Amino acid sequence: MTIFSDIGRYLLMIKGMFSRPENARMYWKEFIHQCTEIGFGSLGIVAIISVFIGAVSTIQTAYQLVSPLIPPSTIGQIVRDTVILEFAPTLVCIVLAGVAGSRIASELGNMRVSEQIDALEIMGINTKTYLILPKIVASLLMIPMLVALAMALGIWGGRLAATASGILSGSTYDKGLLEFFVPFNVVFALIKAYVFSFIISSIPAFYGYYVKGGALEIGRASTKAVVVSCILILFADYVLSALLLPSAQ
Amino acid sequence: MIEVKNIKKTFGDKTVIQDVSSVMKAGQCNLIIGSSGSGKTVLMKCMVGLFEPDEGQVLYSGHNFTVMKGQDKTEIRKEIGMLFQGSALFDSQTVEQNVMFPLSMFTKDSYRKKLDRVNEVLARVNLVEANKKYPAELSGGMKKRVALARAIVLNPKYLFCDEPNSGLDPQTSLVIDRLIKEITEEYNITTVINTHDMNSVMEIGNYILYMYQGNKEWEGTNKEIIFSKNQRLNDFIFASEFLRDAKDMRMLEETGKISNDRNMEELLDKDAPMLVPPPDQS
Repeated sequence: MTIFSDIGRYLLMIKGMFSRPENARMYWKEFIHQCTEIGFGSLGIVAIISVFIGAVSTIQTAYQLVSPLIPPSTIGQIVRDTVILEFAPTLVCIVLAGVAGSRIASELGNMRVSEQIDALEIMGINTKTYLILPKIVASLLMIPMLVALAMALGIWGGRLAATASGILSGSTYDKGLLEFFVPFNVVFALIKAYVFSFIISSIPAFYGYYVKGGALEIGRASTKAVVVSCILILFADYVLSALLLPSAQ
Repeated sequence: MIEVKNIKKTFGDKTVIQDVSSVMKAGQCNLIIGSSGSGKTVLMKCMVGLFEPDEGQVLYSGHNFTVMKGQDKTEIRKEIGMLFQGSALFDSQTVEQNVMFPLSMFTKDSYRKKLDRVNEVLARVNLVEANKKYPAELSGGMKKRVALARAIVLNPKYLFCDEPNSGLDPQTSLVIDRLIKEITEEYNITTVINTHDMNSVMEIGNYILYMYQGNKEWEGTNKEIIFSKNQRLNDFIFASEFLRDAKDMRMLEETGKISNDRNMEELLDKDAPMLVPPPDQS
């Protein structure tokens, strides 16, 4: 029964976020602050992961494509599609669930436990609107940008690994990148990024906002938030792939 | 003035507050006292709207806060300041930003004007030159003073203090108590203090509400508490030998008599250790 009660409280939290801001300028400041925290705060890890994912994809694809009938440029093509369709949106968002998600849960959890949320409530501020909405909106803006950046860096990392290890030349890799390119794949990746962004921000916000107890419970809530977010990201990934990719229908 | 009428609050099948009514007047320090688990914090949270009472009403200057929704509730809340037990300062903000926060949220004043007001209230709580410090850099007493400054920065009509002396040494507690009392009288605020510090009761308690197992057991002034015959209240307030002696000394001063259950010899026992050694007679 707890799961139904949690879903109910989660929906009520989402509904409670939509109220008129007491002071639009303060909300804007909070939104910009969250954009900096979520976007720029995760930039480094996203860049590192993306480059290495692309590099490893290239090496492993080359290792598996042993038939002389398959042109080497296919490696570039496979790396491009793998990075765009799966690695950039899904893997990066799973990492972001750990980085940004745990930060959101622990920040709100700490505010709850130290009565800072109560202090805001007593001042007459709608804490759901002031504390949660900016985090979700900032995630919806920044995470798709990070995913787009991850796509570019992943493909570039693949090219770097291809040329550095002598698997194939830069021009062959570039040729592969341009072959059979389907623009919808980018749209699909961005749709996934938006859905995952909502999960990454709202689930940890829920666990952090309703935490009860002390420091130990904040840690537990943070861990639970990351685990649930990751599961929901993978589930949403499957559902979106099944619904939106033509070959799956 | 805050009026509490027949408040009842339960959590699951446990009744935490049972039919509590009281009137808390403006310009006074109204104390809610009671042992741990007696329901005083829950009562205060019901009063400020953090908990919704199952039954009863909370009236702020005659307006029923319990049934208010949306903007009306927000308007009343803007008139409430609260000092939390753990201060509840925003960790990532400096002292200045903490105190300025309510002004930034609810006024359209210029930065200069807001800063002047922040400095004014910080000076009022005797905390100057701490503007740029973060809460982690402050002592417990300083945190309470910052929280008090934040609570009064919007000139509230109602001030709630949840155990303002917890974790403070007796001297700092006295400073905080006196500060609350001065501010209450100066701005004619209706102040409600939740405490089990007996020094506070005697020092600043204009009106005292004693809670026992979720019920209102006794109410009166800090003068009346000395002469109260309520056994539970006496057991709670004058729990230590030292406080019983203090009560008897006060009774002796006022009436020439001491408590019925004690005699003068016991009070003036020559063998009992003295807190302050007698002056040298030689």
